[in-house]
Amino acid sequence: MDFTYDDEQVALRDAVKGLVGKAYADFETRRNAVAEDPGFDETLWSRMAEMGLLGLPFAEADGGVGAGPVEIGIVCRELGRVVAPEPYLASVVLAGGLVAACGTPEQRWPVLGALSAGDSVLAFAHDEPGRRWGPTATAVSAIDSDGSWTLSGVKEPVLHGAHADVLVVSAALPDGGTGLFLVSGDDAERTGYAAYDGTRAARISFDGTTATPLGAAGQDVTASIATVQDITRVMAANQALGAMQTALSNTTDYLKSRKQFGVTLNTFQALTFRAADMYVSQELTHSMVEWATMVVAQGDAEALADAASRVALQVSRSGRHIGQEAIQLHGGIGMTAEYAVGTYVAHLTMLDHLFGDGGFQLSRLAASVTEHGALDPLA
Amino acid sequence: MQLELSEEDQAFRQEMRDFFTTQVSEEIRTAVTEGRELTKDQLVESMRTLNEAGLAVPHWPEEYGGRGWSDLKRHLWFEEMQRAGVPTPLAFNASMIGPVLAQFGSEEQKLEFLPKTANLDIWWAQGFSEPDAGSDLASVRTTAVLDGDDWVVNGQKTWTTLGQHADWIFTLVRTDPEVKKQAGISLLLIDMATPGVEVRPIELIDGGHEVNEVWFEDVRVPGDHLVGELNSGWTIAKFLLGNERVGVAPVGATKRSLAYAKELAADLIADDPLLRARVAELENELLALELTALRVAAHSAGGEPHPASSVLKLKGSVLQQAVSELVVDLAGPGSLASGAGDDSDLDGWARRATPTYLNLRKASIYGGSNEVQRQIISRTILGL
Ligand SMILES: Cc1cc2nc3c(=O)[nH]c(=O)nc-3n(C[C@H](O)[C@H](O)[C@H](O)COP(=O)(O)OP(=O)(O)OC[C@H]3O[C@@H](n4cnc5c(N)ncnc54)[C@H](O)[C@@H]3O)c2cc1C
Repeated sequence: MDFTYDDEQVALRDAVKGLVGKAYADFETRRNAVAEDPGFDETLWSRMAEMGLLGLPFAEADGGVGAGPVEIGIVCRELGRVVAPEPYLASVVLAGGLVAACGTPEQRWPVLGALSAGDSVLAFAHDEPGRRWGPTATAVSAIDSDGSWTLSGVKEPVLHGAHADVLVVSAALPDGGTGLFLVSGDDAERTGYAAYDGTRAARISFDGTTATPLGAAGQDVTASIATVQDITRVMAANQALGAMQTALSNTTDYLKSRKQFGVTLNTFQALTFRAADMYVSQELTHSMVEWATMVVAQGDAEALADAASRVALQVSRSGRHIGQEAIQLHGGIGMTAEYAVGTYVAHLTMLDHLFGDGGFQLSRLAASVTEHGALDPLA
Repeated sequence: MQLELSEEDQAFRQEMRDFFTTQVSEEIRTAVTEGRELTKDQLVESMRTLNEAGLAVPHWPEEYGGRGWSDLKRHLWFEEMQRAGVPTPLAFNASMIGPVLAQFGSEEQKLEFLPKTANLDIWWAQGFSEPDAGSDLASVRTTAVLDGDDWVVNGQKTWTTLGQHADWIFTLVRTDPEVKKQAGISLLLIDMATPGVEVRPIELIDGGHEVNEVWFEDVRVPGDHLVGELNSGWTIAKFLLGNERVGVAPVGATKRSLAYAKELAADLIADDPLLRARVAELENELLALELTALRVAAHSAGGEPHPASSVLKLKGSVLQQAVSELVVDLAGPGSLASGAGDDSDLDGWARRATPTYLNLRKASIYGGSNEVQRQIISRTILGL
């Protein structure tokens, strides 16, 4: 068991911090980036591609770099630290992850190669109005007429769906189960908007829209979707950890500089103890995130599903604790759009509701408590 | 001890319920229930409807439109109003400056302002906080200097809620810089249309515009717009803030939000034991809070507010926030679509859930932050 980064990982972290951390060192720059479509800095996205970050998870044969979960986690952590609005989680980890998991070699090379090169943005069109956090699709259905496939129905909200060049769409298959399809972004009817933290999302409707099956036509890939969702949960946890770390350090900085009653706020033990509790939350989350990231690396789907729920539960609880306290300890200034801390809280709230909040994860875990004795992370 | 309401109080409650559910515009009440933002016109309309029936300011002294009700009647009035989705009377008018003028104002001020305040012919803003005077309110630096018969005001206020709508602002100003900071403050009424007053918007994290900075540059205010004695502003502010604390713990509105959430997400809650437990827990905490409100004399009856009003503010804001957090979780992934228009396939309540949740973080900050409430409880009540 070893929680430390090796030299290459340290170098990667420093490089990502150097690029992304510097690009958004000033919160105003981030505000400007989300003010207009596509809601992120396309130049920065290209630079990330040049550094090989967009191809990190994919095999070299598919145009990627072939790095592991620890490296991807490092990128997500640094993005979270500055609430970078770039679609790394949605496009590379999630949508790209599905193409890598389910695509044929002929599909993987062009799609993932273009994604890795920064020439194409992917989105996973999966969430359906009124449904929550599962690996299956029902509202969008796929029809097969003699080998040519079409999709009908509505997906919403789809992260970065309006801007994506390629949509990876989940759909109910004619013979049951859920399949995945590639659709050119322009072929669907799309309405884009910004979520409360500036992240772009969209309503996408399909009406007999031509689609290419991802992988073998008509194959139920529910299990693969579930696994990629679990990997994404762990990477979202990395991103959330980065955001929590900044929210806490902003708060401690503020307590040291803000004066009321003639003294700085850190004079009041009622506040410093609360900051200490935030730190406890952050450190417990940190450990869970590192652990879950290593579980991803082990490649066991069942262990991954368990670890993903556990880390997501921890992140949900800690994200709310740290986020809510961060605003509270700032007072009024924490409520303003111009000041960073509120956006961190909004971002943590978004990450919490993307792939299953604490209650959802707790339900998953509670369902199996009677099936095991003590938990052993090293087993 | 007696659990039931007396027949008289029952009849009173029914009377309130009938009025609120039939006399206030249904469009307005639906908007409140669904958590949509109201326009200024809608707020004015609803308060005028209440005022016409003597229901806008029943807690004021009777000579200025008050009804002389018992604390229980006032509670029922407020509870039924919130239950029906009637916007509560603008707090700046009804619970802040109104009672202050009735208690401390000159006869001329009472005559000039109280009827218009009750009827929302004047929209008031609260100009207390400044960038360096938040929890430490006595540090206000905005100055008022006498020049002939006028006060000349210079300085900056911040966090002025709905200042963009306001006609007048009641303002804490420093009138004596030489004495202990609490002793040199006065309360001044300032017409927002006076030259030198400038309102600048502040955007909050939910994207909305409800607070402002208000700047005063050589603003001339007639001498007789000072409230109470010169340099008695701190005493008046403490009286006012005690009333504010009571008004910002909206038990009824929180109960209504929770009941509405149960209705909207009925299937989801029915299928999920954790959600059921969470709702039950919140309902129970709200019950405890409501009973506490009933048990203590929740309103300022002429004198000082009951110190336990801090309990209501503290717990009331926490529960209001907790219910809004539950609603976000009920909305699930749909809560991300906060920026979607009405052609979205996601329900309006789900789209509004997170901005509302983020916005309500304010509830534990303003009106005396929850840390300040704890201090009041520990010092004033527990004697620590
Ligand atoms: C949405 C909104 C609307 C508002 N509307 C109005 C309005 O209309 N008019 C108006 O005048 N004001 C208004 N306010 C201002 C509000 O009253 C202040 O924000 C509040 O008093 C806190 O002051 P502050 O923001 O300067 O925080 P600070 O006083 O800087 O406090 C920061 C943190 O430190 C804590 N703290 C401060 N001192 C102590 C202490 N001694 N011990 C322990 N903890 C302490 C606080 O509780 C808080 O958690 C509004 C604020 C908000 C957010």
